[in-house]
Amino acid sequence: MSIEATATATRPAGVPVSGAVHSWDVSTGVDGPGTRFVVFTQGCPLRCLYCHNPETWKMRDGRRVDSTEMIAQAAQYVPFIAASGGGATVSGGEPLLQPAFTGALLRGFQDLGLHTALDTSGYLGDRADKDLLAATDLVLLDIKSWDRALYKRLTSVELHPTLVFARRLAELSIPVHLRFVLVPGLTDEAANVDGVARFAASLGNVERVDVLPFHKLAAGKYRTLGIPFPLADTPTPTGPQVAQTCARFAAAGLAVF
Amino acid sequence: MTTITQDTNTAAWAGLHGGAWRDEINVRDFIQANYAPYTGDGSFLAGATERTTALWTRLGELFPIERERGIYDVDVHTPAGITAHAPGYIDREHELIVGLQTDAPLRRAIMPNSGWRLVAAGLAAYGIEPDPEIAKIFTRYRKTHNDGVFDAYTPQILAARKAGIITGLPDAYGRGRIIGDYRRVALYGVDRLIEAKREERAELDERWADEATIRLREELAEQVRALGELKEMAASYGFDVSKPAGSAREAIQWLYFGYLAAVKEQNGAAMSLGRASTFLDVYLERDLAAGTLDESGAQELVDDFVIKLRIVRFLRTPEYDELFSGDPTWVTEAIGGLGSDGRPLVTRTSFRFLQTLYNLGPAPEPNLTVLWSPRLPRGFKDFCAKVSIDTSAIQYESDDLMRPKTGDDTAIACCVSAMAVGKQMQFFGARVNLAKALLYAVNGGRDEMTGALVAPGLVPITSEYLEYGELDAAFDTALDWLAETYVHALNVIHYMHDKYAYERLEMALHDRDVERTLACGIAGLAVAADSLSAVKHARVRVIRDASGLAVDYETTGEYPVYGNNDGRADMIAVALVDRFMAKIQRYPAYRSARHTQSVLTITSNVVYGHKTGNTPDGRRSGTPFSPGANPMNGRDTHGLVAAALSVAKIPYDRAEDGISLTATVTPGGLGREPGERVGNLAGILDGYFASGGFHMNVNVLNRATLEDAMEHPENYPQLTIRVSGYAVNFVRLTREQQLDVLSRTFHEAP
Repeated sequence: MSIEATATATRPAGVPVSGAVHSWDVSTGVDGPGTRFVVFTQGCPLRCLYCHNPETWKMRDGRRVDSTEMIAQAAQYVPFIAASGGGATVSGGEPLLQPAFTGALLRGFQDLGLHTALDTSGYLGDRADKDLLAATDLVLLDIKSWDRALYKRLTSVELHPTLVFARRLAELSIPVHLRFVLVPGLTDEAANVDGVARFAASLGNVERVDVLPFHKLAAGKYRTLGIPFPLADTPTPTGPQVAQTCARFAAAGLAVF
Repeated sequence: MTTITQDTNTAAWAGLHGGAWRDEINVRDFIQANYAPYTGDGSFLAGATERTTALWTRLGELFPIERERGIYDVDVHTPAGITAHAPGYIDREHELIVGLQTDAPLRRAIMPNSGWRLVAAGLAAYGIEPDPEIAKIFTRYRKTHNDGVFDAYTPQILAARKAGIITGLPDAYGRGRIIGDYRRVALYGVDRLIEAKREERAELDERWADEATIRLREELAEQVRALGELKEMAASYGFDVSKPAGSAREAIQWLYFGYLAAVKEQNGAAMSLGRASTFLDVYLERDLAAGTLDESGAQELVDDFVIKLRIVRFLRTPEYDELFSGDPTWVTEAIGGLGSDGRPLVTRTSFRFLQTLYNLGPAPEPNLTVLWSPRLPRGFKDFCAKVSIDTSAIQYESDDLMRPKTGDDTAIACCVSAMAVGKQMQFFGARVNLAKALLYAVNGGRDEMTGALVAPGLVPITSEYLEYGELDAAFDTALDWLAETYVHALNVIHYMHDKYAYERLEMALHDRDVERTLACGIAGLAVAADSLSAVKHARVRVIRDASGLAVDYETTGEYPVYGNNDGRADMIAVALVDRFMAKIQRYPAYRSARHTQSVLTITSNVVYGHKTGNTPDGRRSGTPFSPGANPMNGRDTHGLVAAALSVAKIPYDRAEDGISLTATVTPGGLGREPGERVGNLAGILDGYFASGGFHMNVNVLNRATLEDAMEHPENYPQLTIRVSGYAVNFVRLTREQQLDVLSRTFHEAP
């Protein structure tokens, strides 16, 4: 457990914690169930080849804000969300890069009576302390590949910490919505998909799997940032390819969307 | 005589409950005593019959020709009237509900009472020669509304009109927005309605002959005459509407004859239907229970009725089309809502009306408007959301905001104007351009496009940098001038409209002593609010031309903009609405009408933008405004909900004629799979209306679909989108309007 994470345990709720954010918005049906207030934190240790938010990679590019400011912002949407159904999500970037800030946000959102979700790659799962997870009603967890070498190639980091985190969530019975990005020629091999599916099914807390077809909508962002888009020539998956992958997850007994 | 009426009524009213409605004209009481709320889902609905599909297909063959030519056909020889044209049919043998505006489908009528100029320009646009005899009558012998208005306008009004700071006024076209209670024809039969009008008239005979009384007596005489013509017109189709309707088919037919008489006579800007579906449900359910109708038969009647409503047409000018693009008629039907006793006014026929969008395919008319409340039954809410996702053809308005003011028998005039049916009418007032008014404040009343002095007596601001206090004070004075000129113009228009183009049939289907509102309106709210925010929170330097006219603005620094649920900007918009309302209230309205205002542009946001120069918010000269109360296109960066909540802050109390929000969301922006999208959209509507939102047009569309439709209109004959209080066939918009729609914010999944 990191020093920062340890510190959160002793920090009372409502005390401002500073963090770097990219932006916030209120979206529907994409960052967890229903309509949600979503904070996108800034900074991510992964460099996924298909990342569609390369502008959130570097923490120093973010805007420094206090958690209390974001919580006050979310508070404005409580009546709306109470009527519409939904909640609040901390996404990124990688929120667990800033565990104290993320924990403060989740606790604050929970105090507002909102259902809370954490959207993470799980790579920094060991930074999520007990209090942070106690304030988390749902984790949106990316398992980007089962093949370890491929995972490393895809993300620039190791798979293992994510699996450890997933098991920990299962032990704590925190529901998980699992995301799997389908990239033709990279993640679409049967063995790779089945590996993720079997692991997810073994956990018992994975309520749904979202198979997200790889897209290239972020190509423009890469151009603007002057970074080469590594998958510029990779095709997007066809309908049948997506259906096949969904079927593999379903065959493992998972609810797939 | 009375005994005969009683006997016929006994047969027609068999099995109906309640009392008050039998003794007085009171449709609401009839509905409350007889309707059966339906709390289930849409699984009972029936598809289109072969007959329906064949009839619609036959008509469908005419639409491409109409789209190509602009109009399909026009009768230049017959000034319109209730009995002016011989009966017309689409396919006489196979129609269940009959009646057309003229003697053939899509053949438009000329309606010169509003103004000969309108007719002449309307015909000229399509290269058609007017009938010289008719031209002579309406230019030599018969004065029109349009002539009257220009006799009484002041030079100041003319200047304001020309500059485009007051635009879209119904001074050359029918004002519309009056909803006859067409249900009365079905429930009571015309004879009983005439009897009631005679009683109302007899009371007036006791009153002293002041101007108001004389006018009202003449109006009542006209109303009775129009009701007589209604009977005559129905008789020409082989129906006797003097007595109440005895079956569901008759009820729909009678109601439609009432509506048809109105659209035969008036080329109103908006010709709403009212609130027919739950009323008709009583008749449909009675026949279903009696076994004389099955679900397919019930749906078929509704489908056939809606086919008729889809082909209402008016002859209009290119200038009109520029303002209100896509040939809209605003046959607005209010569906759903709750009764004051808390029971939902949702019936199976509420579903049946929405089902027409599947059975006949999507279409802009009738303008199906759901009166939403979070307390509506789940099954209905989900069905509405599903229809929106599939067709983008529905708009939603807050039942909870309207019910306390206009009651639970409220219908919508045009796009967003709540009216108690048969008890209330409005003097439609188009709108003023607030963004231009702000520029007038800087330029001392000179127009930024032409340099001409339009608003006299204002003092120009001469400093290099705009100072908020100074600008706000100058703006206040400009708004004083604008409100005065505006109400003045509206009084002239409505005096003359009553005099030369009185809506005798529509008013015959109202109570005598109606409440009148003077429906003012504002455009450019987001531009004005963002400009004021720029001056308040950033630095705005004025760029003047050689004559000292401010023609551009250079803004440095960040400032909050309207549409992100940020109080600093949103409250500027709220204060502006409140302020202009207070100003118009100061000027007495014609016929003691009560002042209201709307924040609605329809599609005139494009024309307004055209006529408005550079603004301090960075908007370039000529760029369209955002529609209605929408944030400026692309500036609402925190998602649909944040934008909607900004709009929801505008108080309905200060904009009782309606506050319009048009939202476009991609399917993916509502969730990944179709089932969850339905629940999520219903949730958004619950959230918005629970937060005080008044109106939302919902489009669920991909930008790519619209782009493809621009390139290949032939593949999208029925692509329907909501623009601002109404829906249009996308392919019938002008190219500029299409580009404007594309430039709006699409709320999508990241």
